[in-house]
Amino acid sequence: MVIEERKMQSLAARLSQDEVRGRSPWADARKRFVRNKAAMAGLIILILVGLFALLGEYVAAWSNDELDFTVMGQVAQMGMPSLQNGHYFGTDDLGRDLFARTVQGTQISLMVGIVGAAIAVVVGTLYGATAGYVGGRTDQFMMRAVDILMSIPYMFVLILLLVMFGRSMSMLFLGIGLISWLDMSRIVRGQTLSLKNREFIEAARAIGVPAWKIVLRHVVPNLLGVVAVYATLLVPLMILTESFISFLGLGVQEPLTSWGALISEGAGTMNYGTLWQLAFPLFFFVITLFGFFFVGDGLRDALDPKDR
Amino acid sequence: MMTRPLLDVHDLRVTFRIRREGAMPWAAPLPLHAVSGVDFTLDPGETLGVVGESGCGKSTLARALIGLVPAAGRAEWIDGRDLIGLSPRQMMTYRSDIQMVFQDPLASLNPRMTVGQIIAEPLKTHRPGLKSAEVKERVKAMMEKVGLLPNQINRYPHEFSGGQCQRIGIARALIVEPKLIICDEPVSALDVSIQAQVINLLIRLQRELGLALIFIAHDLSVVKHISDRVMVLYLGKVMEIGTTDDLFADPQHPYTQALLSAVPVPDPDYDPAATVVPLAGDLPSPMSPPSGCVFRTRCPRAQPVCARQVPALLGDAHQTACHFPGPLSDEEIARARAVRAA
Amino acid sequence: MALLELHDLSVRFATNDGEVQAVNEVSLSIDAGETLGIVGESGSGKSQLSFAVMGLLARNGRASGRVVFDGQDILNARAKVLNHIRAEKIAMIFQDPMTSLNPYMRVADQMAEVLMLHKGMGKRQAVAEAVQMLDAVRIPDAKGRVRLYPHEFSGGMRQRVMIAMALLCRPQLLIADEPTTALDVTVQAQIMTLLADLQREFGMAMVLITHDLGVVAGSCERVAVMYGGRIRETGPVGPLFHDPAHPYTQGLLAAIPRIDQQGDTLSVIPGAPPNMTHPPAGCAFEPRCPYRRADCASLRPPLEDFAPARARACFAPLADVRAHRHNARLDDLETGTRAPSRDEPVPRAALAGAGMAGTPSKVDE
Repeated sequence: MVIEERKMQSLAARLSQDEVRGRSPWADARKRFVRNKAAMAGLIILILVGLFALLGEYVAAWSNDELDFTVMGQVAQMGMPSLQNGHYFGTDDLGRDLFARTVQGTQISLMVGIVGAAIAVVVGTLYGATAGYVGGRTDQFMMRAVDILMSIPYMFVLILLLVMFGRSMSMLFLGIGLISWLDMSRIVRGQTLSLKNREFIEAARAIGVPAWKIVLRHVVPNLLGVVAVYATLLVPLMILTESFISFLGLGVQEPLTSWGALISEGAGTMNYGTLWQLAFPLFFFVITLFGFFFVGDGLRDALDPKDR
Repeated sequence: MMTRPLLDVHDLRVTFRIRREGAMPWAAPLPLHAVSGVDFTLDPGETLGVVGESGCGKSTLARALIGLVPAAGRAEWIDGRDLIGLSPRQMMTYRSDIQMVFQDPLASLNPRMTVGQIIAEPLKTHRPGLKSAEVKERVKAMMEKVGLLPNQINRYPHEFSGGQCQRIGIARALIVEPKLIICDEPVSALDVSIQAQVINLLIRLQRELGLALIFIAHDLSVVKHISDRVMVLYLGKVMEIGTTDDLFADPQHPYTQALLSAVPVPDPDYDPAATVVPLAGDLPSPMSPPSGCVFRTRCPRAQPVCARQVPALLGDAHQTACHFPGPLSDEEIARARAVRAA
Repeated sequence: MALLELHDLSVRFATNDGEVQAVNEVSLSIDAGETLGIVGESGSGKSQLSFAVMGLLARNGRASGRVVFDGQDILNARAKVLNHIRAEKIAMIFQDPMTSLNPYMRVADQMAEVLMLHKGMGKRQAVAEAVQMLDAVRIPDAKGRVRLYPHEFSGGMRQRVMIAMALLCRPQLLIADEPTTALDVTVQAQIMTLLADLQREFGMAMVLITHDLGVVAGSCERVAVMYGGRIRETGPVGPLFHDPAHPYTQGLLAAIPRIDQQGDTLSVIPGAPPNMTHPPAGCAFEPRCPYRRADCASLRPPLEDFAPARARACFAPLADVRAHRHNARLDDLETGTRAPSRDEPVPRAALAGAGMAGTPSKVDE
C-alpha cells in the first residue's frame, strides 16, 4: 500500500506540473519566414504601402477631387511635384492633387486585390475541399462545373457585365470574385485528395467524426499553407486584372480611381512632359506587386521546407 | 457453459470495384476480392493476431470491421447486433466500443492539432455533454496512463518521437473506454527498442482494462508475443487459425509453415538455409485468384484436387483450410527447394 | 590488406535548425569477400555512413576523414574517379528498388547502358550479358522479362532486378542498405539467400546495413553496432550475439520478441534516441543506460579492443555488463517521455525518423 500511495502522490505531482507550451507548425513557419530577407523586405514594403493607403489622406494637403485652378492649363510647368504648393506628387491633367489621387487609387486597388483573393480563399477552399473529400459523383459534378466556368473567356464576360450593368464597384467585385476562386478550388481539391488518404483522416473517420467536421478541422487547416501561398500570389493577379480593366476604361468610375486608371491617364499624357503622372502610380503598383510576390515566395519556403 | 463472444464474424467479404486502366468510363469495373469469406470469433479480453503478407487483406479486414470500407457478411457484436451494413448513425453507438490504432504513428496524428486536442477528439465526438475542464482532466489522466507526461498536453505531434506518437495514438483509442481495439501494424514502423516499449504498454493496458485486441502485423515474432490466438490470411482467405501455442508449435497449413520458417532469428547459430521452406513464384493477383485453394500455385504439396475444390476451414480450436494438412516432410521441403533452384 | 578502410569518417549536415552530426569519427575495415553488418536504429547514422563512402551525400552534407578503397583515398574524390569506382568496384542497393531504376526505360536498356558505358560492349552483347545476370538472380524467364519496364515486376522481383543491375560490372564490394525492409518475410528470406549465394559466386565483400538483428545474425560474419552516429561495439557475429559487451547491444537483443522462444514481457530500453543536433556531451546512450556511472554524462567512451577482434565503447566494467549488474535505476514508468525539455527547435532531420524504423533518411530535405 505504501508503494501505491507513493505512486498516487507522484501521479498527483505530475498532473499538477505546469503545462509546456507547444511549438505549432505555424510558429515554425513564422520563424523560417522571418529569417527570409527577401520576404521580410516584401512584407515591409507591403506594410508601408498599406500605411500609405490608410494614413495618406491625413498627410495630403489637397483632397482628391479639388481642382487647383492655379495650375490648370499649365500643368506641365506649374503642376510638377513640389512641397511648396502641397502637390507632393504633382497634379494630374485637370489640376487635381496626384498625391491624394494615388492614396485613393492605392486604397481601391488593394481593396480589389484583397477582396478578390478573400473570395477565392473562402469559396475556393470550401468548394475544393468538399469536392475532394466527398469524392465520387459529387466530385465529378462539382469539378466539371468548374471546368465549364473556366472555359468561358472571363475577360470577355467581365467586360460584357460592366458594359451591360454599368460600371460600379460592386459589379467589379462580383466579376472578379466570380472568376478568382476557380483555380483555387482546383488546387485545393488536388491537395485534399492527397490528404484524404492520410491516416489521420482515416483515424477521424474511425472515431466517427462527422464529415463536415473532418473537412473543417482536419482537412482545411492542413490546406492553409498552400492556400496562403496561393492567396498572396492571387492578390497581385487581382490587382493586375482590375488595372487592365481600368486601363481599358471600364473599371472604377470617376471620381473614384485606381492604379490602373491612374496609370492609364498618366500614360496618355506622358508625351506632354508630365511624366510624374505616370511615374508615381506606376511606382506604387510595381513595388506592391514585388512585395506580394516576395512574400508569397517566402511563405512557400516557410510552409513547405521540403521544396528547397 | 458457452459465453457469448464479443465479436462473431461470419463470411465477411470486402469487394473493391477496380476500373481497368484505359477503360471507358461506362465499362463495368472489375471486382477485387480483398477479403473473401473470413470467419472468426473473438472473446472479451482476448487478443487475436492476424498475420499474412502484404496484399493478403489484413488491413482491409480491420477497416471493414470498423466501418471504414463497406463489407458484406455478418459481424455480430456481443449484444447480438450485426455491425455490417449499419447506417452511420446506428454505427455511432458502436464507434466508441471499437477503436483503432494505426501503423504510421506520425501520419495518424493531425499535424495542426495539439496532443490534447487529438486525444480529446473521440471524447468530444461521443460524449458531447462533457465540460472542457473534465475533458482535459481525462486527457491528462490518459496521457499518464500511456506513459506520456501530462504537461506535454499543448505540444504538437512533430515534437514527439515515433514511439511517443504511437502512445498518443493509443491514448486516443483508449479515451472512450472501448471494448475492442484494432491495431493495424502498430509497431512495424518503430525501431526495435521503441517497439518493445509499445508492445509492453499494449499488453499492460489490455490486462488493466480487460480489452480485446485484434493485432494485425506482418512480423510473426511480435504477433506470437502478444496474441492468445492467431489467424493466418492469404489472398483474403483464412488459411489457419488456432491458439498461439498450437499454431506456432504445430502449424498444419503448408503456407503457415513456409511463413514461420522464413522469420529471421537473431541467433547466429540458427541456420536459415536449413529451415526455410521456399515458396514457388509470386503472390497471384487478387483480381484473378487461383481456382480451388488460393495457395495451390505456390504450395509444395498441391494435388489436382486443390485446383478443383475450395478447402473448408476444418477443426475445433485449431482450424485449417487445407486438403492435406500436416507438417511438411523433409522430402517435400527438399523437393520444393529443387523446384526453386531449377 | 583490407579492401575498404574508413578512418575517422564524420558526416555533418547543415540544416535550417542547426548542424546535424550524423556520423562521428567512425573507423572500420572490410576485407575482400567478407560480410559486415552495420546495425542501428533510425538516426544512428548507418545509412549516411554508406552514402558518404559512395559520395552520395545530399548537398547540405559534408564528410571528413579518410575512406580508402583498394589503396586509394576516395572520400570527396572528383566525380570522374567516383563514377568509375561506383560503377565498377563498389555497387549499392537500396531499400526502394525504384530509386535506382529508371521507370521510363526497359530493364534491358538500363542494364545494357551500364555495360556499354563501362565495359565498352556492343548493344547485342550487353543485352545478352544482362539476361545472364537476371538469370543469376533467379528471375524466371529472364529472356522474356528483360523487355519489361521496372513497374511490371513485383516487389521481390524488382529487388532482384536491382541486385542484378548492381552486380553487372562484378563489383568487389556491395553495399546493401536495408535491402529487405520493404519486403514480406518469405520474399526477404529468398533475397537474403540469393545475396549470400551471389556473394559466394562472385567473391565480393558485402556491407549489410539494417535495423533487423535477425537478418544480421543469419548472414553476416562481423557486426558493427551503431548508436548516435558512433560505433558502440564490433565483433564477430557469434560472440557479439551470445555475449554482448555493450549495454546498448545487450538491451537491443533483449528487446526483440523472438519466434523461437517463449517470453512474457519484453525487456525494454527506456527513453528515445538522442537528438543529433545537440548530441550529449558524453556517451549518447547514457540517458538510457542501466550501467551508467558518473563519468558517462561528461566523457565520451572510446572504442577499445577487449578481446581478439572485439571492441566496445563503454566505461562500465565488462564483468558488470556480462553479469547484468545494473547500477542505475531508470524511470520506473516504461516511458519514453524524455520529450525535448529545452525550448530550442528540434530539427526536422533529427526528428523525422527518430524512433521510426526502415524509413529512408530525410536529412537532405
